[in-house]
Amino acid sequence: MTEAATTSPTASAPEAIPMSIVGHLIAVVLLLAFPFVATDFFTFQIGAYTLIMGTISLSLMLLAGYGGMVSLAQMSVAGLAGYMIAIFGTSAGGVALGWPWFLAIPAAVIIGTLLNVVVGLLAIRTEGIFTIVITLAIATALYYFAQQNYDIFNGHSGFSGVAPAHVLWVDWRAPKPFYFLSLAVAALSYAGVLYLSRTPFGLAMQAVRDNPRRMEAIGFNVPAHRIAAYAVAGLIASVAGVLLVWFDGGISPGSISVDRAIKVLIIAVVGGMRHPAGPFLGAILFVLLQNFAIDFVNPERFNTYIGLAFLLVVLVSPDGLLGLIRRLGAAPASGKSLP
Amino acid sequence: MKLFILTFLNGLTLAALYFLVASGFTLVFGLMRNVNLAHGSLYLLGGYIGYEAAAFSNNWFLGVAAGTLAMAIAGVLLQVLVFRWMEGQELRQTLVTIGISIVAADLMLAVWSGNTYQFNPPAWLIGTTQLPIVLAHKPDGTAVLLPYPTYRLFLLAAGLVIGVGLWLFINKTRIGMMIRAGVDDRGMLDASGINVHVVFAIVFAIGAGLAGFAGVVGGTALSIAPGEDVRYLLASLVVVIVGGLGSVTGAALGALIIGLAEQFGLAYFPTYGIVLTFVIMVAALAFRPQGLMGRARV
Repeated sequence: MTEAATTSPTASAPEAIPMSIVGHLIAVVLLLAFPFVATDFFTFQIGAYTLIMGTISLSLMLLAGYGGMVSLAQMSVAGLAGYMIAIFGTSAGGVALGWPWFLAIPAAVIIGTLLNVVVGLLAIRTEGIFTIVITLAIATALYYFAQQNYDIFNGHSGFSGVAPAHVLWVDWRAPKPFYFLSLAVAALSYAGVLYLSRTPFGLAMQAVRDNPRRMEAIGFNVPAHRIAAYAVAGLIASVAGVLLVWFDGGISPGSISVDRAIKVLIIAVVGGMRHPAGPFLGAILFVLLQNFAIDFVNPERFNTYIGLAFLLVVLVSPDGLLGLIRRLGAAPASGKSLP
Repeated sequence: MKLFILTFLNGLTLAALYFLVASGFTLVFGLMRNVNLAHGSLYLLGGYIGYEAAAFSNNWFLGVAAGTLAMAIAGVLLQVLVFRWMEGQELRQTLVTIGISIVAADLMLAVWSGNTYQFNPPAWLIGTTQLPIVLAHKPDGTAVLLPYPTYRLFLLAAGLVIGVGLWLFINKTRIGMMIRAGVDDRGMLDASGINVHVVFAIVFAIGAGLAGFAGVVGGTALSIAPGEDVRYLLASLVVVIVGGLGSVTGAALGALIIGLAEQFGLAYFPTYGIVLTFVIMVAALAFRPQGLMGRARV
């Protein structure tokens, strides 16, 4: 086991670099060209939404793939940042403080990140499978709290009329600008996570995932590494949460429901959690299914199909579509399953 | 004073219900290390099936039996057909239970729609019972006693009976001994010639059956509707986090704490009730991460 663990993530990297550079270049060209060939509907409803959901799932992938901590609270973090945008900025429904965007956005992102640090502080008290139990309990509790609380979260109805400010004479909610905004956030997060995975911190994270006791014995501060990972994941999820509240135009407890928290997990698992590209791959599939499954099947049973697809992936290819592609390709994948 | 007593009794009865749901969850986890996130779905499905059976046979007790039995069978099927093939892969098992819960929730919505269903328990269970608690005295000297819903008293009794029964089963019977041995060391149990898969199937049947039982009994006290699966899953999670995963006594203690906290929160500071539950969970994690009755994991 130790042999496989020490060689698997990095050993294949040197030979794979040319391939991955080609792949990344193609992806960049396609993503930049996409809004100029696609309709507004595709640019906004499919393109931007995929990028946002992919980024939220990426924050989960960072925790689960590199840290071995499957947290179901990432949607809650994104949702809290969204709520804060509605409360600090301009919105209809509850309190709106009307702060300018350059104050409201940092405040929302900081509060979202802090929430994930708190989640991390609680979740690292136990290990492994218990992380799911605790983070699911936190996510559900926040959902019920948002629904019951009218002072801050405006209860069941939440907030509406949330939109990005016109900065530099651009309407950032128009399809093309919003798409490029989402693309910038997604690309930065993707590059950041990829870079982080190769820094000493990222490598230590992966070592903690594989053998926390040994890392503890060598002298690494295991809890600090884990909480730092929660903080970074919280930052990514919060920024994506700000985009999501703009995309939806508002936020209500339904936005942070258990249903949605689990969809973030589904996207990450279906895409694959061994590489940051996985969540985006999963998001593309998920958003396309969500929008176009109606044309082929009964739209009311969408959850059944998405649940069955998820089950199929978990049963057939535990490392997701990415693992499937890798196995179908020439390079034989190392046989390590989910963290 | 009356509010306090009523809240206390409501807390106790809610705790009984939470115990019924969480004990099955914790039992399955304790032996099989399977975090069954479809446990709430078993609760809700048990409730629906119990409702159909009760409506069909016009007998509430048949409904209870049907809900319990159907879920016990579903539990055995899940164990034999699905979880047996991925033993030891905790995360994968949990992901599978998530997938099952999504599909189950959607299919239940398809069959029973979004309506709320109300049971019709037998007449002697409806109405109120005068509790021997004196609220006040009338001018002529007769005491005014506290009326309390009979059904909720029944729920409390059911929780107690099941709790004691479960304790006796686990601590005093041969199968219970096997289960305890399996919790401590599954490999040794297997090596000593006991068919662990049979023990696993029995435990899953009991755990799922309890969820189905709670679905009918709890659904009668409140109602059954979509979303209840998540509610009782959350209750189970919090109860076992506080009480300790894998311990039935811990589930009883956790249910008592959470049930009381929820009702007192609801009565005294309504919009922040959930926060109280949450604070208790955080405190438990901070001071006893393994839960009140849980053993430190190796």
